[in-house]
Amino acid sequence: MQFTPEHEIFRKTVREFVQKEIDPHIDTWEANGGFPAHELFRKMAAVGLLGLEYDPKWGGQGADHSFTVVFGEEIGRAGAGGVPMGISVQTDMATPALHRFGSDDLRERYLRPALAGNMVAAIAVTEPDAGSDVAGLRTRAVRDGDDWVVSGAKLYITNGVQADWLCLLARTSDEGGYHGMSQIVFPTDTPGFAVSRKLDKLGNRCSDTAELAFDECRVPVSNTIGEIGRGFQQQMWQFQSERMIGAYQAVGSMQRALDLTRTYLKERHAFGKPLIANQYVAFRLAELAAELDLLRQYNYTCCERYMGGEDTTRFATIAKLKAGRLMREISDACIQFHGGIGYMEETWTARFYRDSRLLSIGGGADEVMLRVLCGLDDFLP
Amino acid sequence: MNILVCVKQIPDPAGPQELNNDNTLKREGKLILDESDSYGVEIALQLRDTAGEGEVTLISMSPGEPSGLRTALAMGADKAIHVVDDTLHGADALSTAKVLAAAVQRAGDYTLVIAATESTDGYTGTVPAQLAEILGLPSVTFAKSIRVEGGKVHVDRQTEAGYDVVEADVPAVVTVTAGVVEPRYPSFKGIMAAKKKPLETLAVSDLGLDLSSWGQNIVSVEDAPSRAAGEKIEDDGEAYLKIVEFLEEQKVI
Ligand SMILES: Cc1cc2nc3c(=O)[nH]c(=O)nc-3n(C[C@H](O)[C@H](O)[C@H](O)COP(=O)(O)OP(=O)(O)OC[C@H]3O[C@@H](n4cnc5c(N)ncnc54)[C@H](O)[C@@H]3O)c2cc1C
Ligand SMILES: Cc1cc2nc3c(=O)[nH]c(=O)nc-3n(C[C@H](O)[C@H](O)[C@H](O)COP(=O)(O)OP(=O)(O)OC[C@H]3O[C@@H](n4cnc5c(N)ncnc54)[C@H](O)[C@@H]3O)c2cc1C
Repeated sequence: MQFTPEHEIFRKTVREFVQKEIDPHIDTWEANGGFPAHELFRKMAAVGLLGLEYDPKWGGQGADHSFTVVFGEEIGRAGAGGVPMGISVQTDMATPALHRFGSDDLRERYLRPALAGNMVAAIAVTEPDAGSDVAGLRTRAVRDGDDWVVSGAKLYITNGVQADWLCLLARTSDEGGYHGMSQIVFPTDTPGFAVSRKLDKLGNRCSDTAELAFDECRVPVSNTIGEIGRGFQQQMWQFQSERMIGAYQAVGSMQRALDLTRTYLKERHAFGKPLIANQYVAFRLAELAAELDLLRQYNYTCCERYMGGEDTTRFATIAKLKAGRLMREISDACIQFHGGIGYMEETWTARFYRDSRLLSIGGGADEVMLRVLCGLDDFLP
Repeated sequence: MNILVCVKQIPDPAGPQELNNDNTLKREGKLILDESDSYGVEIALQLRDTAGEGEVTLISMSPGEPSGLRTALAMGADKAIHVVDDTLHGADALSTAKVLAAAVQRAGDYTLVIAATESTDGYTGTVPAQLAEILGLPSVTFAKSIRVEGGKVHVDRQTEAGYDVVEADVPAVVTVTAGVVEPRYPSFKGIMAAKKKPLETLAVSDLGLDLSSWGQNIVSVEDAPSRAAGEKIEDDGEAYLKIVEFLEEQKVI
């Protein structure tokens, strides 16, 4: 993939934004268990960083997907995984379906303010009894005249404590399985809705994660995104953006980790020489850097195919799977080669180690990616 | 109000800095907008926007691609003049000022020429004053804020004690101190719009200059002496007195 001078300036913009507007606050946000999403998103909107690929008609930037790659890589370099996750929920996980399938009225009332940073969005799919198996979800929206009456619960919802609206996936008929679900824009000021718990997590601590409860909440049927009954299919499509941005971010985050580790190992001496002078250490890092490069180039190919209009399900699935696996390897090597200080909370490696564990679980676990691949490649009985 | 901003494109200070055989700095790689100049660009954009009319024109002399100029255009400047010429290799501060002055004279009507107090790579801090002299314009340095009103430029000029309020007729050359404003990020739309903005590339001959007798010869370059060890004060409970004494000697307090 050929990046233009415009990509380079854009990369610098995002990198400086992260260095100035995010990194200095990370420790506070980690301690608080969340970052101020409205404030940060408004700042991002002013620089045109929310909704890169969306239609300018709704406040998007009209960029092509290659800028999303640069954006992902650069926000991935932030000093904690939680902020990039919260950002990409807003830009690439909770809003793509609304942008593509939503009515003009819905896009005016919910997409435009989200892209301006005035509303925070969340994606509400997972439930206590349905995560990997999305078809098992039970939250119901029962039609009553022009309203849906929503009851149920959602779990592990990123931005859930602060969100102004949810892209909610609920059952709207009794068909069962993959049928009869719909995506609904659910405003969080709806009576009967409650954040039942703010969850305490291993990592990504500067991102708020919520359990949500719905008790006979009434929202207009006109809040349905796209076609009633096509929610599962629309969500599966939306997951592709989620997995792609996840893989792009992972590259930035791992590159930063390897760079920091390289610098440390050149300085730290043991047995009369810098640690990097041990061939085992250097070879291990060189190989991980090579693996990272394979992923980066795979992402770039994914991007080109996506821009060429191809279905990139296979690309997104493989990139997400390999990114999750590589994050675990690289964060493990970084903490290992830092030794004792790497285990200390004052060193970046400790947080990185915790944060990096999520990618193999969130957005579809590794095994779910493998399941998808088995289907695509016919590794089935 | 038309404003000209002199911006230097420099090798990324975060990267390795290398010298050529003739002891000049290697400028072959990717050049970036000198951060020192981003403050002047920001102030110029604010002045233009407050005035509600006029253009911000960038002027730069450097080899290679106009990558730093593109950044400043993406921030919102209207057009750029880039002087590129192999004969300028190794130009000293005075030659630089002469080239910039010739470019300024081609740029049409203007109210202000803005530059940084000093660049990040050469940091002689002498180009802007020489530029003012060649152009026969007032020179105001170390500005922390700039206002144009009633045919005059009003500058708060930073000093060690605080700031002086200085007035000069326009047009004038004003240098801006780093850190006095928050330069805007080039936005996505700004970056894309910059692609279509006029960027004129000029050679020395276009400026009607003869450089044959100019230039400098850098005879040798040496590493700065490494810092001498400081004085160690053992704390016997009253070490703070010694520190206070030292600071008083240095006239810091
Ligand atoms: C920090 C965080 C943020 C999240 N944010 C959101 C959000 O914003 N919105 C949202 O909707 N969800 C969110 N999630 C939920 C996430 O998508 C799910 O946790 C994930 O899909 C796994 O679902 P589960 O937790 O129910 O695990 P389960 O479905 O119970 O699976 C447990 C494990 O079993 C294994 N497994 C599952 N299926 C198979 C199989 N077929 N074959 C072999 N092994 C299998 C996998 O290893 C899996 O990790 C978030 C989760 C976390 C931790
Ligand atoms: C001791 C010494 C060593 C030197 N070594 C080298 C060397 O190794 N390689 C080399 O190439 N040159 C070298 N020079 C030359 C020097 O870098 C150039 O003469 C330069 O143009 C002088 O400016 P400065 O960077 O010191 O500018 P300053 O006077 O510090 O610059 C102030 C401001 O003037 C404006 N300005 C300055 N230069 C330009 C420009 N080119 N385009 C647009 N605006 C500008 C900017 O707004 C800048 O921020 C050396 C000079 C000296 C005195």
